[in-house]
Amino acid sequence: MIMLRVLLSLLAGLLFGAGLALSRMIDPAKVLGFLDITGHWDPSLGGVMAAAIPVTALFYFVAKRRGVSLSGASLSGPPSRVIDAKLIGGAAVFGIGWGTAGLCPGPAIADLAVDIRVLPFVIAMVVGMMAARLFQQSPR
Amino acid sequence: MLRDILFALIGGGLIGLAAGLFFLVNGRILGISGLAQSLFVRWIPQTAEALLFFAGLLIGAAWFADSTRTLSLASAPRLAVAGLLVGIGVRLANGCTSGHAVCGLARGATRSLVATLVFMATAMMTVALLTLL
Repeated sequence: MIMLRVLLSLLAGLLFGAGLALSRMIDPAKVLGFLDITGHWDPSLGGVMAAAIPVTALFYFVAKRRGVSLSGASLSGPPSRVIDAKLIGGAAVFGIGWGTAGLCPGPAIADLAVDIRVLPFVIAMVVGMMAARLFQQSPR
Repeated sequence: MLRDILFALIGGGLIGLAAGLFFLVNGRILGISGLAQSLFVRWIPQTAEALLFFAGLLIGAAWFADSTRTLSLASAPRLAVAGLLVGIGVRLANGCTSGHAVCGLARGATRSLVATLVFMATAMMTVALLTLL
């Protein structure tokens, strides 16, 4: 069953990368156009969420009815219900970064294969993740 | 515009297929920032899954990217600042666009709805402010 999980991970990556490329979400100009509601707003990328959410939900529904994943691995539990300052502050900081360059983690990593000039973003993102982790572990 | 919407829907459908299959087969939520953490930051057994997912992501993007169009990327310093903010933010919020705005909303998580509304709002405000400068 390990083989199934490994192959599926590769397939999921291929589908995800293809989806980002076909929708042009890999292009920061396109993303910034979607976020620019007070200027030259380009709402077309809304179609990504509009299609991705119901398709994902359908699979979640089937998986939950089965109660166990196809590989036998247990299904990840219900989402946390905690809404705290960390969630809101983190989301706010993420949004500022997203709006600054038009890149969120998926497209940024995918762009490594399309245009290597994205590298400073990806390196800084990893540093940021590590920094936030240290901050969280520090005694208060 | 109609063509753009059509491609956004197709792309979104593929992303949904990826996230859905990942949960149905592996039992895990497909969050790019979470997977990136299991790759770079945390050394956990699911690292192999993350490694293969990212290999697929790079191949898929390179394969389907429109080679006639170049990406419009910001300057290196601006990219670095943005990347740092994104890294800190997604770690604190425990998710990004994929984990919260796609997977979280697909399973009806209130937490993800709050996160999505917040990051959409601050991203839109940032774009509006930076255009003024």
